Amino acid sequence: MWLRNFIFSVNGYYELLGIERKLSLDVAELQQRFYERSREWHPDKFARKSEAERQQALDMSSQLNDAYRTLRDPVKRAQYVLSEEGFDVGEQRSRDVPPELLEEVFELNMALEELRGGDETAKEPLEAARSNFERMLEEVDLEMGKLFAAWDAMPARETLAELRGLLNRRKYIQNLIQEVDKELAPAA
Amino acid sequence: MGTFQIDFGKRDPVIGIDLGTTNSLGAFYDLTGPKIIPGDDGLNLVPSIVSVRETGEVVAGNTARELLLTHPERTVYSVKRLMGRGLADIQEERKRFPFPVAEGSEQVLRLQLGDKRLTPPEVSAYVLVQLKKNAEAFLGEPVTKAVITVPAYFNDAQRQATKDAGRIAGLEVLRLVNEPTAAALAYGLDKRKEGIVAVYDLGGGTFDISILKLHDGIFEVLATNGDTHLGGDDIDNLLIEIALEDIQSEWSESLRGDKEGVQRLRRAVIAAKEKLSFVPEATIDLEYKGKKYQRMLDRSLFEKLVAPVVDRTLGPCRDCMKDAGLTAEQIDEVVLVGGSTRIPMVRSAVAALFRAQPHTDLNPDEVVALGAAVQAGILSGAIDDKLLLDVTPLSLGIETMGGVVSKLIHRNSTIPASATEAFTTAVDGQRNVLIHVVQGERELVKDCRSLARFDLKDIEPMPAGLARIEVRFLIDANGILNVTARDQRTGRETSVEVKPSYGLTDEQVERMILESYEHAEEDIEARQVREAQVEADNILRAVEKAKHNDAWYELSDAERAAADRAVNELLVVYHSVDHNLIREKIDALNEATRTLAERMMNTAVGAALKGTKI
Repeated sequence: MWLRNFIFSVNGYYELLGIERKLSLDVAELQQRFYERSREWHPDKFARKSEAERQQALDMSSQLNDAYRTLRDPVKRAQYVLSEEGFDVGEQRSRDVPPELLEEVFELNMALEELRGGDETAKEPLEAARSNFERMLEEVDLEMGKLFAAWDAMPARETLAELRGLLNRRKYIQNLIQEVDKELAPAA
Repeated sequence: MGTFQIDFGKRDPVIGIDLGTTNSLGAFYDLTGPKIIPGDDGLNLVPSIVSVRETGEVVAGNTARELLLTHPERTVYSVKRLMGRGLADIQEERKRFPFPVAEGSEQVLRLQLGDKRLTPPEVSAYVLVQLKKNAEAFLGEPVTKAVITVPAYFNDAQRQATKDAGRIAGLEVLRLVNEPTAAALAYGLDKRKEGIVAVYDLGGGTFDISILKLHDGIFEVLATNGDTHLGGDDIDNLLIEIALEDIQSEWSESLRGDKEGVQRLRRAVIAAKEKLSFVPEATIDLEYKGKKYQRMLDRSLFEKLVAPVVDRTLGPCRDCMKDAGLTAEQIDEVVLVGGSTRIPMVRSAVAALFRAQPHTDLNPDEVVALGAAVQAGILSGAIDDKLLLDVTPLSLGIETMGGVVSKLIHRNSTIPASATEAFTTAVDGQRNVLIHVVQGERELVKDCRSLARFDLKDIEPMPAGLARIEVRFLIDANGILNVTARDQRTGRETSVEVKPSYGLTDEQVERMILESYEHAEEDIEARQVREAQVEADNILRAVEKAKHNDAWYELSDAERAAADRAVNELLVVYHSVDHNLIREKIDALNEATRTLAERMMNTAVGAALKGTKI
């Protein structure tokens, strides 16, 4: 038990994988490191070792897997760095609509209402809204890449604050897409 | 367990076992590669059938297969379908399979075979014992360690039940490996080094699809999906249904209630089904109690019957690709596993879906056992350039307010995987916290599979909300959940009582192990002595080796003398016929060398840490 706490307290995910703490990552390199570390720490390599060593390997490799799973995904990676830097990244289930999305959300809700009311013609605006949101998501991701680069060049707190806002917006748009899909799916 | 496990010297054999719905098979790994272990009757496949004779003797495999015809009421097959399940969730299954469920199975499911009442893990244990015997006869040495395969889509309870079966059979289960992944290991041995491979595994009773990324000896599972109650059995049942109706009108009597008749028909149906994979038409041929039934079956009719079964496999395949973030074009190769993939229609459906011609060069009945042997080779250290990184098939969550699931570990996470969650008390002075863990993808607890209830006990009484218990959920490399809890204020481990929702408790398994030993035909006493001697060998060798370690010289003279004395005492009783005596001296030696072991362990752990540049 002490060992796990020790390992976990001194090693962030980046250190665990032996890579530089950057927001923009070379995914191929990350995978390579992950495979190397797995060869070292996977429980398979400790099957004939003592109980204590087996337990240690189990702890290490589970941390390693968690680290890889987090870092290989840009959004999870950003959330991880934000939380390490003291930002609150708990599930943002805020009902507040980001102001710049007000108009879209209003129109979307109208269309959703109509479709639920049995108006099949509402499907078309919904499809249009969906591709609109998809496009917005792409823009967000592009913006996210820029913020990643900015923070990597100079780790400023303002960049992270901006990043957190962007992640919230991203989550919000994703939820909207999900909502539209839920309505469109049974009809499709 | 002996304190010394740092070096075993000679390696104990580890066998690989494919514990199938219809047939089981053992394999082992030697320097030239994985090999199938033949049975003493010359047949490789051991039918997963268990029968209790009138004498009370339990038999498994081919003998039981014959008894299935003559004594169907005391014989059971396809018991894998019952592993890790409760009475309530096998109601559908019971309509289609003649499982002899015993009275009073509400708490723990048991099957009534003759005058014996056996749980599904116990029944499976008899199949495992048969495989163990085959392996011992073939390898000429005792076998106590195994790698056993399970369907990738097996949940925690089903995995635990399989592990229990191994334990009951006297096998230490070093690892549970997912069947499709095992198949990939067997194939990947001399095949391509890089690329994306899909493994489609349609067996007797289960369906799995796994998508893997191969990279320089690493087999990384990207996603898996499946249906643990879909397979060749279902096709058999459809055919039997048709034949039963025919017979009713032809013979003007029903065969339905006649267990022996149905089993004979079942065998006739399977023979015809298997033939149809190679010829365009086959006949279901039954002769029973002086009457004859014949029915020609052509492939087009057969395919009409099979189509719904094949269709049910395609949905999970698509979901799996989606989870892996891949399209069909990105799949480089497809591997077929399981007897049911011999059906031409299955092959063409898979080829069409993945747009790739499936591999069939290895025998689909044997490839999983061969893969299990490869994994055994990895664990025993014989293979060190290959590594399997598997995933958990189902999301793991805990029940929160209003019966909603809060997901902690998502499906397709590489295992081992962990999540930590803090819990507190709701009432002043509350002494325990109950955590309900479920598995599944749905939002509500009632739509998921209850896995277990964990009771965090002996919490120090204090005002509500002040306690802070940190609970760690860890899915190990077998896909089985381990839970540990710690009081964050004191840093002490909190005791956790596990109440499995479907499986057996540890004590129940313990009892079953004893029971199975009591009924084993071989000389138990001799075997126990042999086992004790093997353990003695290990510890004696370890102590001998430890004497070359610095730690030995750091001991006091008295400590060294005590260790030497304990070694001599163990040597004196080594050839005794009383295994308890040997064990007693092993324990004494263990005790006498505890300090030595601890010092060595610390050095070893220290070295390991240093080696990783932490």
